[in-house]
Amino acid sequence: MLDQINLKAHASRITSIIGINGAGKTTLLKILAGLEEKNGGSILIDSNEISASDLRTHSTMIFQKSIMIGGTVYDNVAYGLRVNNVPSQHIKEKVRYALDTVNLTNFEKRKARKLSSGEQQRVAIARALVIEREILLIDEPTANLDPANAMIIEQAIKIAARSRILILSTHNLPQAKRLSHQVIHLYNGSIIEDREAEDFFASPHDEKTRLFVDGELQ
Amino acid sequence: MDHGEEDAALDPILQGLIQAIQLIVSGDPEVYRITELSLFVSISGTLLSCIWSIPISAFLALRKVPGKRTIKGIFTALIGIPTVALGLSLYLLLSRTGPLGYFQLMYTPYAIIIGQCILVTPIIVSFTTSALESVDPDVRTLARTLGASGFQTDALVLREARWGVILAVIAAFNRAFAELGVAMMLGGNIRGVTRVLTTAIALQTSMVDIPLSLALSIILLGIVMTLSIIVSLARRR
Repeated sequence: MLDQINLKAHASRITSIIGINGAGKTTLLKILAGLEEKNGGSILIDSNEISASDLRTHSTMIFQKSIMIGGTVYDNVAYGLRVNNVPSQHIKEKVRYALDTVNLTNFEKRKARKLSSGEQQRVAIARALVIEREILLIDEPTANLDPANAMIIEQAIKIAARSRILILSTHNLPQAKRLSHQVIHLYNGSIIEDREAEDFFASPHDEKTRLFVDGELQ
Repeated sequence: MDHGEEDAALDPILQGLIQAIQLIVSGDPEVYRITELSLFVSISGTLLSCIWSIPISAFLALRKVPGKRTIKGIFTALIGIPTVALGLSLYLLLSRTGPLGYFQLMYTPYAIIIGQCILVTPIIVSFTTSALESVDPDVRTLARTLGASGFQTDALVLREARWGVILAVIAAFNRAFAELGVAMMLGGNIRGVTRVLTTAIALQTSMVDIPLSLALSIILLGIVMTLSIIVSLARRR
C-alpha cells in the first residue's frame, strides 16, 4: 500500500525510485501509467489533474519482464504506432530509427520471441520510444541482463530522457547513481527521501536510506 | 484357422481395398458427389457456428461474467452430446408437424447444416475460450500501455490465440464431418440429395458393399487426418 506519496518529476531529467523488494516501486509506476487505480490524491501534468484513462495517453511503461507479442521485431515495435493510427508511410521510418537507438539495426524481420532476453528488453524500449509519450516509466530496466546489454539500454534511456519525463525503478544503486538526476527512496509505501542524485548518495538524510545505500537495510 | 483359411478370410477385404482405391483413382461420380456434399454441409455448419461461437468465447474469456465457470462447464458437458439425441430433438422441431415444419427443411442438406452447427458449437466455444484464456494476461497490460483501446486489446488477444482458435475450428469440422446421427435423422440419407460420407458408409456396409464402404471410409479418414497434419505442421512454422 502506498501512502504520503508526493513526487515531482521534470522533463529531460531521469528520476530513479529505489527501495527494497515490496516497497511499492512497481505499484507506484503502474499508478503513474494509469494501469492501477489510486484511492486518493491526484496526478497532475503541468498543473492539470489527469484521470487514469487519460494518463495512458500521456505515458507508457516498460515492464521488468519483457513482453513480446507474436510476430517479428518490426510487428512489436510498430504495434503502438498502428493502434494510435500513425500513417503507415511514417511507421517504417520511426521503427527503423527506434531500432537503431537500441542497437538492433536490421533486426526487423527476426522473430521477437526467439531473441535473447537482452535483445527483447531492447525491443521493448524501442517499442516505447517510438510512440513518443511525455512520460516513460521503466520497471527495473536491466534486471538479469549482462553488462553489455545493460550498457546499451542505459544509453537508450539517456536518449529517451532528453525529451521526456523518465521515471525508473531499480535495485542497481550504481546504475541509479550513473543515470539519475533525482533519486527517491521508497520504504514501506512511503517516500522517505527525495533529493538530487549527487546529494542522495553522498550524504543521505534518512538513516534507512543510509543503510540501504550501504546494503544493510532488510 | 490354417493359412489357407486365413488367406480366404482376407481375400474379400483385400479385394475390397483394391476396388476402393480404384473407385477413388478413377473419379467415380458417386464417390465424389457424396464427398462434395459432405464437405459442403460440414464446412457450412462449422462456419455458421463460428459466427456466434467465437464471440461467445471472447465474451467468456475476456470479460467478467457472473457464473462463468458454470457456463463453461455446460459447454464442456455438451461436447459429448450423443448425435442421435440431438438429431431427434431437431427432428421434432423441423418435421412437418413440428413448430418449424413450415420451413420444410427436413431431408434437405440445410437441416444437416443446422444440426451440425449446433453440434459443434460447444466444441468451438470450449476450445476457443481455453485458447484465449491461455494468452499471457500481461499482453493485455502491454496493449493498454501502448494506447490500444478495449477493442484493439481484445483483437490482439485473439491474434495471439489464433492457432488455438484454428485448432478449435478444425476439431469442430472433424466432429461434424465424421458424425452419423444428425445426418441420418435430419437428412434421411437420400441419394444425390442428403447422402453424405457417414450415412453412405453405414448404408453400403449394411448392404455388404465393401469396396464402396472402404472407398468412402478412406476418404473420410484421409480428409480428417490431412487437416490435422496440416494444422500441426503450420503451427510448428
